[in-house]
Amino acid sequence: MTTRIVELRRGILKKNDELAAGLRASYAAAGVLVLNLVSSPGTGKTAFLERTLRELKARGARVAALVGDLETDNDARRLAASGAPVRQINTHGICHLDAEMIGKHIDGWEGVTLGGLDYLFIENVGNLVCPSSYDLGEKIRVVLLSVTEGEDKPLKYPTMFNSADAAVITKTDIAEPCGFDRETALRNINEIRPGIRIFETSAKTGAGMEEWLTYLERARTGVPG
Amino acid sequence: MHELSIVTSVVESVTESLAAYPGARVLEVRLRVGALTSVVVESLEFCWGIAAEGTPLEGAKLAVNVLPVVMHCEPCAQDVELEGVQSFRCPRCGQPCAEMRQGRELEIDSIEIDDGEVKP
Repeated sequence: MTTRIVELRRGILKKNDELAAGLRASYAAAGVLVLNLVSSPGTGKTAFLERTLRELKARGARVAALVGDLETDNDARRLAASGAPVRQINTHGICHLDAEMIGKHIDGWEGVTLGGLDYLFIENVGNLVCPSSYDLGEKIRVVLLSVTEGEDKPLKYPTMFNSADAAVITKTDIAEPCGFDRETALRNINEIRPGIRIFETSAKTGAGMEEWLTYLERARTGVPG
Repeated sequence: MHELSIVTSVVESVTESLAAYPGARVLEVRLRVGALTSVVVESLEFCWGIAAEGTPLEGAKLAVNVLPVVMHCEPCAQDVELEGVQSFRCPRCGQPCAEMRQGRELEIDSIEIDDGEVKP
């Protein structure tokens, strides 16, 4: 018997990473800003995204969204009310979106080309664990946290919060009845992802949306801040 | 997390590599897993036997090397190892660190194989 060690040094998610790199290059070539929205189920990703799409559209931006769920096209129908093109991705049990699903749904998307867009939003499956490992080629990963969730969510799910580029606190209109401890939530987010940009928003009242939209516009045109 | 799909990818990837070593038997597969990947080692080990069954990797051991998070601390001008993943502050000076140097790895490091050749 002759035993020996063979070095492989290979990423386990290499296939996804390669596909994501291809997507990233095609987004950049088309000049479209792509964002990946992640959160627990029930944080309010869809309501926040619907308002974002509507307001960007009103400012003359060309926007579209891909939305991932295990089943149903309910979210796609809700988002389509904004007037933006929306395509549903049903994962049928898979707990995250991956780069292959994104590529397949961009290809053959009737009436939509990357070159014809300023912003593409990807609403991931509601899950704070698995989507953290799957690069979708996005420029900005946005993690959302609602005031109805515990302020310690960032500490419980450090992998996701640490991988995010921006954080959005949602449902601030009901912060008070929920007994939301704002200072603690902000401190916990900063503890896990020091220096991250944080937006405090309400899709219902529109609070905080102006700052968020300005951030998006600057990110798209490459202006810092 | 999705430990079963991770070990399934490992089995596929290693099986592909084995094409270069005809007749070889895999004794051990060694992974490098960063502490910030949310991968549960016990769950990987549990799923490993299921994923390897009926493949050329059946019977091989799985060895998982968990790598601590290492951040770069600007004020200290050096890389520092964190004790956990509940705070991303430098354990030396207490300042928050934004730049990660290690902790997200999810890699197949190496395999130990038996070539099956008898030494002359």
